Amino acid sequence: MELTLSILIGFMIIGAIFAIHAKDLLSAVISVGIVGYSLVIVFLLLKAPDLAIVQIVIETITLIIMVAVVLDSTREELKIKNDFKSFTNITLSIIFAAVLLFFFVQATADLNSFGQHSLRMADAYVTGAAEKTGSINLVTGILFDFRAYDTLGEVTILFAAALGVLTILRIKGKK
Amino acid sequence: MKGMSIIVKKVTQLLSGIIFLYGIYIITHGHLTPGGGFAGGAIIAGAYILLILAFGSDTIKLKNIEKGSSLTESLAIFIVLLLAVLAFFLGSKIFFANYLPKGQLGEIISAGVIPLYNIFIGIEVAAAIITIFLALIIFKEEITK
Repeated sequence: MELTLSILIGFMIIGAIFAIHAKDLLSAVISVGIVGYSLVIVFLLLKAPDLAIVQIVIETITLIIMVAVVLDSTREELKIKNDFKSFTNITLSIIFAAVLLFFFVQATADLNSFGQHSLRMADAYVTGAAEKTGSINLVTGILFDFRAYDTLGEVTILFAAALGVLTILRIKGKK
Repeated sequence: MKGMSIIVKKVTQLLSGIIFLYGIYIITHGHLTPGGGFAGGAIIAGAYILLILAFGSDTIKLKNIEKGSSLTESLAIFIVLLLAVLAFFLGSKIFFANYLPKGQLGEIISAGVIPLYNIFIGIEVAAAIITIFLALIIFKEEITK
């Protein structure tokens, strides 16, 4: 299980690195798709079908939109020169990544090993959740009952995104 | 945006209805099987996007659809908030409380308010994705004209 997940995550990292360095923007978009669809398989292996359905649908829609944008505009990437400024940028990002890695290792040292989570909080949610909420699908029961504020926030974010696209991207004003 | 060839148009006509029905199934069975408002709404939006891409903006009046979808989106999120506020007047005085009878476990009409939330959040998600997609096309066409 851990080996399969590691292979998939390595595949995702290769896809992401290729997406940055690809000369053709269309192949960059396709390799971003590799990351998303590998994530779907990871979710299925970790037994989260709810997330997998959402991820596969959203990934397909964003891929369609990005391919349409690339085909409609240009397929060539901008040429960027290597000068002093890019050198400082690269050095800064490497230092930042090292600091982040240090604190990540510190933070994960105290966690339980993979597959043996501590169930202190989850126990209270999972035991008798079907009777408490009346819904057999525990994920929906938790999302719309115990954690309804989370769902409200997600929906509000989507609403704000649509509002932002309608107002900011408009070039001609409304008459 | 131009439409695609007659093969794509015919296949889209056959498929988009089935995809739409599948989205409705995912939404209404959200409290029984994996899925729910978000997944189902995105599938419904996918059916519409398929139609728009296949038929192009010549045969479909995109601006009228965009008006409708942004109105639907605003109404759906308003109804979700209204359902949550209704809990203050029916049952316990908690925001997002489940005030309807829970019914038999596993039946399609059960779980109180959860199916209603699922339906309206599904409508909201579908309308929001369609609005964003249409806005990108319409604004692009306004530039090129």
